[in-house]
Amino acid sequence: MSQASPLRPTALNSVHRALCAKMVDFGGWDMPVQYSGILSEHLAVRKSVGVFDVSHMGEIEIRGPEAAQLTDFVTTNAVHKLQTGQAHYSGLLYEHGGFVDDILVHKVTADHFFLCVNASNQEKDFEHIRTHNRFDAAVEFSSDRYSQIAIQGPRARATLQKLTPVDLSAIKYYWFTDGEVAGVPARIAHTGYTGEDGFEIYIPPAESERIWALVMEAGAESGIKPCGLGARNTLRLEAKMALYGHEIDASISPLEADLGWIVKLDKGDFVGREALLRQKEAGLRRKLVGFEMRSRPIARDGYEVQVNGAAAGWVTSGSPAPALNKNIGLCYLPVEHARPGIAIQIIVRGQPADAMTVETPFYKRAK
Amino acid sequence: MYPENFRYTKEHEWVQVEGGIGTIGITDHAQQELGDIVYVDLPKPGTRVEQGRSLGSVESVKAVSDIYAPVSGEVTEINPVLADAPEKLNEDPHGAAWLVKIRLSAPGELPELMTAADYQAYIGAEK
Repeated sequence: MSQASPLRPTALNSVHRALCAKMVDFGGWDMPVQYSGILSEHLAVRKSVGVFDVSHMGEIEIRGPEAAQLTDFVTTNAVHKLQTGQAHYSGLLYEHGGFVDDILVHKVTADHFFLCVNASNQEKDFEHIRTHNRFDAAVEFSSDRYSQIAIQGPRARATLQKLTPVDLSAIKYYWFTDGEVAGVPARIAHTGYTGEDGFEIYIPPAESERIWALVMEAGAESGIKPCGLGARNTLRLEAKMALYGHEIDASISPLEADLGWIVKLDKGDFVGREALLRQKEAGLRRKLVGFEMRSRPIARDGYEVQVNGAAAGWVTSGSPAPALNKNIGLCYLPVEHARPGIAIQIIVRGQPADAMTVETPFYKRAK
Repeated sequence: MYPENFRYTKEHEWVQVEGGIGTIGITDHAQQELGDIVYVDLPKPGTRVEQGRSLGSVESVKAVSDIYAPVSGEVTEINPVLADAPEKLNEDPHGAAWLVKIRLSAPGELPELMTAADYQAYIGAEK
């Protein structure tokens, strides 16, 4: 295939090709969508362990005496409540309250914050943060310094533990430690995007092929599988985690996206706060809600949703749920319908197909 | 890999004609590209289809793809196995997982389709 501009490879590109992964253009990145198959990869993560190359994700670092103030000002969650070694999910908003991106914020030290951001948004995020930097803080774009590998599943800890002296059982969920993996410096975070237990490690790109191979070896006894973006998508959908460009984008606020829990309106001023206050006062018009198909067809992204035969909203993500044996999705609906137990119809290839709104997440792991 | 007695389309369907009836399926290349197939939507027997027009769809976990009729005619039979076992399409796309049978209304369409050798060259070039 000819490309107008070449796709960006991660440091693990040749590994994916050697594994005969099916590669796709993912926001300008040459990424594996699947290796053995989405279903088997998905189930490996739910039942044992899977490994993902997520090195396309971006990293931005904020340092300086007022690093915390800047990070708090450009994100929705309460940065001042983070402890050193703790991370949280957050939103980067425009003044009008729509998403620039959804991100993870890690507090490395009192004056150093490490942001993990979406691949296709990273340059935009960096510019956005710089534009709002009226603090004594420096913003650095550091994506080139990190490869990121996600090890996810009930056997993730046992797998990764073989490669690090850090006691992984001492890292609480959504905390991280700077330590070593396979003898090289690594940021080891107890985070993930699968709804399963697991870790995400940030490592030097030059070491990523070696570490990938060691992870595969360490997980062999657990039947570890390399997993692509296809399984990553079905896993995160079962866990009802948002995907930028689907559930959220510049036209959607966190309140509409059912992400009110990452918005701390009382923490002081932040970009987008005024708009969210206005939206809250005026009342939401639409909200994200989950649904299950009650008929054979599968809902797909962008399909129209009807209530009582009238257009009411749209599907943001729709797919079979491999661990649940049903077809699920998320959609925006007027608030009066955005609650469990509402009969809706998804327009699939011109025909209405019955579905029902349900409680989310669709899948919740046993703790 | 690709049977010599089949004809192939650019959209990756195959047709095997015997006694005026064409058995239609998707190619091994197509099932590989689609990945895990989870749902197959086929027309009812008696439906008239036209060459190049959609006659149904195949859904993988990832996406939905149209199936285009390689030949015109009337659907005489649909494969009953696929409703409950769509994954058969990944296992045996040239055999047990055929999709539909069509009574050809325009047998002259057949020579326009690719031979096995043509098709193999075509998917080789596509890569």
